[in-house]
Amino acid sequence: MKFLPLIWMNVWRRKIRTTFTLLSLFIAFLLFGIVMTIRAAFGLGVDIAGLDRLVLINKVTLLLPLPISYQRQIQQTPGVKIASHQTWFNGAYQKPSNVLTTMAVEPAPFLETYPEFVLPAAQAAAWLADRQGAIVGKDLAKRYGWKIGDRIPLMSQIWRAKEPWEFNIVGIYDGGKSVDKTQFFFRYDYLDENRANALKGLVGWYVVKIDDPLHALELGRTFDAMFANSGAETKTTTEKGFIEGFAKQVGDIGSIMIAIASTVLFMFGLVAASTMVQSVRERTNELAVLKTVGFTDRRILALVLSESLFITLVAGGLGLAVAWIIVQAGDPTGGLLPVFTLPPRDVVTGVALMLLMGLLAGVMPAMGAMRLRIADALRRN
Amino acid sequence: MKWLRQTIAVMLLNLLTVPSRLGSSAVAIIGIAGVVVVFVSVLSISAGFAGAMIGAGSPGRALVMREGSDTEMTSGIDGTEATVIKEAPGIRHEGSTALVSAELYVIVDVPKKSSPDSPANVPLRGIEPPGFQTREEMSLIEGRMFRFGTNEVIVGRAANSQFVGLNVGDTVVSGQNRWQVVGIFEADGGVAETEIWCDVHTLQGVYRRVNSFSVVIARLDTMNSFETFSQWLMTNPQVHVTVRRENEYYRSQSETMTRLIDTLGFGIATLMGIGAVFGAILTMYTAVASRTREIATLRALGFNTASVLLSVLAESLVLGGIGGLIGGTAAYLAFNGYQTSTMNFQTFSQVAFAFRVTPKLLMTGLFYALSMGLIGGLLPAIRAARLPISSALREL
Repeated sequence: MKFLPLIWMNVWRRKIRTTFTLLSLFIAFLLFGIVMTIRAAFGLGVDIAGLDRLVLINKVTLLLPLPISYQRQIQQTPGVKIASHQTWFNGAYQKPSNVLTTMAVEPAPFLETYPEFVLPAAQAAAWLADRQGAIVGKDLAKRYGWKIGDRIPLMSQIWRAKEPWEFNIVGIYDGGKSVDKTQFFFRYDYLDENRANALKGLVGWYVVKIDDPLHALELGRTFDAMFANSGAETKTTTEKGFIEGFAKQVGDIGSIMIAIASTVLFMFGLVAASTMVQSVRERTNELAVLKTVGFTDRRILALVLSESLFITLVAGGLGLAVAWIIVQAGDPTGGLLPVFTLPPRDVVTGVALMLLMGLLAGVMPAMGAMRLRIADALRRN
Repeated sequence: MKWLRQTIAVMLLNLLTVPSRLGSSAVAIIGIAGVVVVFVSVLSISAGFAGAMIGAGSPGRALVMREGSDTEMTSGIDGTEATVIKEAPGIRHEGSTALVSAELYVIVDVPKKSSPDSPANVPLRGIEPPGFQTREEMSLIEGRMFRFGTNEVIVGRAANSQFVGLNVGDTVVSGQNRWQVVGIFEADGGVAETEIWCDVHTLQGVYRRVNSFSVVIARLDTMNSFETFSQWLMTNPQVHVTVRRENEYYRSQSETMTRLIDTLGFGIATLMGIGAVFGAILTMYTAVASRTREIATLRALGFNTASVLLSVLAESLVLGGIGGLIGGTAAYLAFNGYQTSTMNFQTFSQVAFAFRVTPKLLMTGLFYALSMGLIGGLLPAIRAARLPISSALREL
């Protein structure tokens, strides 16, 4: 501790150099934070997807429907808590290209299946009471200035293209950081009543909550066998697997982001390393003097390393902090990346990288300093 | 002239001594190269995607979809409407066949080669017999055309290379349906190459969409026939449709994705660029500091300040240029032509494309590199030019 002032003086020995090194490392970790946030955003919230929820889709493609009659069969299977279903509505607001994430669901089983969607009890009751009722995410409500009681018309090219569908906003749901709060849920019975006869009794997919995640695989096989050789065969996966599969379709954004982050950290790690090399080289004399007055090799090593660690941790810490603040402002694309948050796991990785970078940048010059032979060093100048 | 000679002399002195400062120069070069690599490669993704999408559409073809529909995926046209549409004026005829095809666009799950465990949404397009001729850029490169009335399919070249089990002779099992692959086609690198094509009537049966289509595609008689064609349809009370030129349709499809990637690429590259400028400033300060004595000597000998200033700028410009060249070359070698596929969010279906490192992208990258070098050199150059001679000579 008593060497802190010495480290401090050394760090600021060349103000310009230290300032710019700090600035470039600041940028490096700011970028790291942002890039990791984008990566998580394209992961579509895989981390929070429940392992105790199974998704049954039509085996041919997600876009083909399943009959509503499957619900009872699924519900009666031992190990099943709730069998709920969802149907993609493709609701467009104001103009045809502005398609919102709109889904027809059954309110009670839906809310029970997704406890992470926080909806006040009174609003849930209102939803059960109003056939045209819909609940929307907090972010979506904010984007369009919707309030409870508003009547919202949406167009749907799939279910009834000629005239708009009218909904009453009866609830606004909230949820943790990783919950997508830009979705629009309304009642399945309203959809079913008002669509063409040929389409009645069809749902998009089933979401099944089960008692024990350990039985997921087994139950999935049971369901798929149950509906084999029927008009609509199913394919069951865990919700996590389902979302991961969907994210993979977009492409390997994760790897691209990691490649960018690595390039950035390598680039700026070099800056830090070069600064440390120069800083130690300039000080050969002083280090020799320190050794002369009795500093041990180990202490010299520690001095130089703490200096480089100080630089990476201060600059990197600030960078990550600013990245976090920027991310708090939310999705900059206005709806394309609904789950926009810097995962805590990546913050930990970031700090670990700062430590690693500090050590790597400092280790060569520090070893050199440690091995200095006093006589040589003093003679050199 | 004396001024010019002085400047050139100092510049050469600076540039020739760069190798002796290799370590710190490398920091600037690698930093700038890194920015250029990221910038060029991220933007080559959107260039490739836009290329595949826009290249697919011809202004000589028109797409007829349901009124208000934005995509083939959500559009629906029934058989009677399709019959009316085919009678519209302005459609090209070849012999006795009108080059117009009512088509059904659906999706089928086929695993990607890059992640065989999870299925990808591959577009499956049912066409009518004139569908192939309607698109003049289509040609079979392997096998033969499917026979109408069977469950045979032909597969686009990109779909064949990106997805599992789509070779001639393979059977695609989809639910209880089996599709027999009998040929591979190409379409000038456009999105159609990611699709699987079959007989529309077979497809209607399998997907239970009896006598229902997604879109009617017509080859126009001449480029100018579009007005006649679309006017006739818009004013015909029997149909409620929107008509768009095919190239415009695909351009609007690609907009969201390219805008997202471009914003991302520019945003990340700008931030990295700022960092790289800091790195360049550091390098150039070091370069100036290590030459303090030489610079002071030159100044004492009567070299003017402008030549000192310009020489430092020249050095950092050269470093920037080298970084830009390295970065551009690396991005080109690593990513140009890299085949991949992504999901088009408008239709939820896969689009295969290749990264495209265009000359324009490379030039922009080089321009950025030079700007970074220039900005990075500015402060150190001013410092060098204003070095007080007497104290600088005393230093060290």
